[in-house]
Amino acid sequence: MKLVTAIIKPHQLDEVKEALESYGISGMTVSEASGYGRQRGHSEVYRGAEYQVDFVPKVRLEVLVDDMDAGSVADVILKAAQTGRIGDGKIWTVPVDDVIRVRTGEHGTDAL
Amino acid sequence: MTPALLPAADTPTINEAATAFMLVAASMVLLMTPGLALFYGGMTRAKSVLNMIMMSFGALGVVGVIYILWGYSMSFGNLQDGGSDLAGIIANPFHLFGLSGIFEDGATRLIDPFGVKVFIPESIYVGFQLTFAVITVALISGAVADRVKFSTWLVFAGIWATVVYFPIAHMVWGGGLLSGSENGLSAKLFGATDGVANVLPIDFAGGTVVHINAGIAGLVLALVVGKRLGFGTTAMRPQNVPIVMLGAGLLWFGWFGFNAGSELAADGLASTVWLNTTAATCAAMLGWLLVEKIRDGHATSIGAASGVVAGLVAITPACGALSPVGSLILGAVAGGLAALAVGLKYRLGYDDSLDVVGVHLVAGLWGTVGAGLLSTSTGLFYGGGPRQLVVQVVIAVASLLVSGILTLVIGLALKATMGWRVSEDVESDGIDQSEHGESAYELSGFAGGRFGTGSAVSTHSARPAKTTEGASA
Repeated sequence: MKLVTAIIKPHQLDEVKEALESYGISGMTVSEASGYGRQRGHSEVYRGAEYQVDFVPKVRLEVLVDDMDAGSVADVILKAAQTGRIGDGKIWTVPVDDVIRVRTGEHGTDAL
Repeated sequence: MTPALLPAADTPTINEAATAFMLVAASMVLLMTPGLALFYGGMTRAKSVLNMIMMSFGALGVVGVIYILWGYSMSFGNLQDGGSDLAGIIANPFHLFGLSGIFEDGATRLIDPFGVKVFIPESIYVGFQLTFAVITVALISGAVADRVKFSTWLVFAGIWATVVYFPIAHMVWGGGLLSGSENGLSAKLFGATDGVANVLPIDFAGGTVVHINAGIAGLVLALVVGKRLGFGTTAMRPQNVPIVMLGAGLLWFGWFGFNAGSELAADGLASTVWLNTTAATCAAMLGWLLVEKIRDGHATSIGAASGVVAGLVAITPACGALSPVGSLILGAVAGGLAALAVGLKYRLGYDDSLDVVGVHLVAGLWGTVGAGLLSTSTGLFYGGGPRQLVVQVVIAVASLLVSGILTLVIGLALKATMGWRVSEDVESDGIDQSEHGESAYELSGFAGGRFGTGSAVSTHSARPAKTTEGASA
């Protein structure tokens, strides 16, 4: 099994979610995140005083998938999240030892 | 307008229209202090917003109480028969101590402070003046945000109101040194006729008493208390800009009570004052935004809110003396000047955290002096010659000196005794939790913990029996 994690622009979330649903993914976890990459932050001015805001708001999206789905899921996210402008985010995939469904106690791919 | 020292002559009859108006106006001015709390609270960091708001509410409590006890008597106790005046500086604090003296046969006396035969109950005149004292003290708190012990602030509020505010209110509005009475500075400069100065100082609603006074006090206190940790190096972003805007809106609304209410009657001048107040405020907002757009590249929301307040401050002394177009000019200049002035603290190195100096002192000085230029009857630009301008500068400088020196003494005395600052750990962790035992926001729902070890919670009845008793010990 694999964990696909994507850091995306917050306003791309709906598009990504719908794309994953039509691919057949039935669940995901989303959290608010802040950070920067090559995009860096931006500056804000309050009463003439300029503040550099380094961490910009992002969404972290996590999906647990079967090994064979991992590449396609990453592709689906990539297509839906891409705007071509700086700050689109990152996607990465890591192996997962085990998954347990809390309600039933099922293990492994049965719990996906 | 300066009240004449007339006892209630003839047989006074209550003016019910004026009374109804003053009941509303006083209530509106009271609302300005919670409005100011939001205006300031939104601009502080999230870890100290409650302390900022509590400084305003604390001023409401302390100043409200002492105003009843001796504040009114010290400021205005000489207006009705039997009250005395000490060298034009204060009235006798004990003459109307506790205010029982304003009641005759169980009913409040009637008062006609301007001697124009518009009688209102003295109770609501006290109430109206009380709300002014409260907001003036609350205004100062913005200069020392995020770092001051709440106990020291409350003690300061009481002492400062007594030693600085009540005397200045008496000097300007109670027939004292800065008023148009024959013993005032203006009469000494340009003479008096029939007991009234030839050139009446213009401070309709409190440019000197409220804004120059609070502005210079804020500057002095910011210097005495010292800078916040990280001032000028770390980002201190406003925690909630929409509540800054809401606060500015409440201030604007309440300010109609402040300015128009200062006429003490629902009449033509009060109506013109309403219009002038709005004219100056709209123009000041645009003035501030224009400076920002040129200097910083954006017209900001906080700039709009600040411009509104700068305009309201500037028009406060002048609102009864200007034409609507004169008010537009006064306001536009006020907004632009204040927008330029808020940057001074970084250049000069004082941490006036929320710009009490840039907004209230600068716009208050400009409004007071500008009235000498733009007054339609006596202003320099309207052919009135320089005498009004001179008087305006004199009362502005006199308020600066009196308030600045006395605030310095009070500030240093409290620094040597109670101390002003919370510890550095408390300041960096956030003053809300240490001074008030609260935090402003609980947005995640993840804080954990459980209910009930406080003194208000009975450990035996409020908790289900299953809860482990040992865990709370």
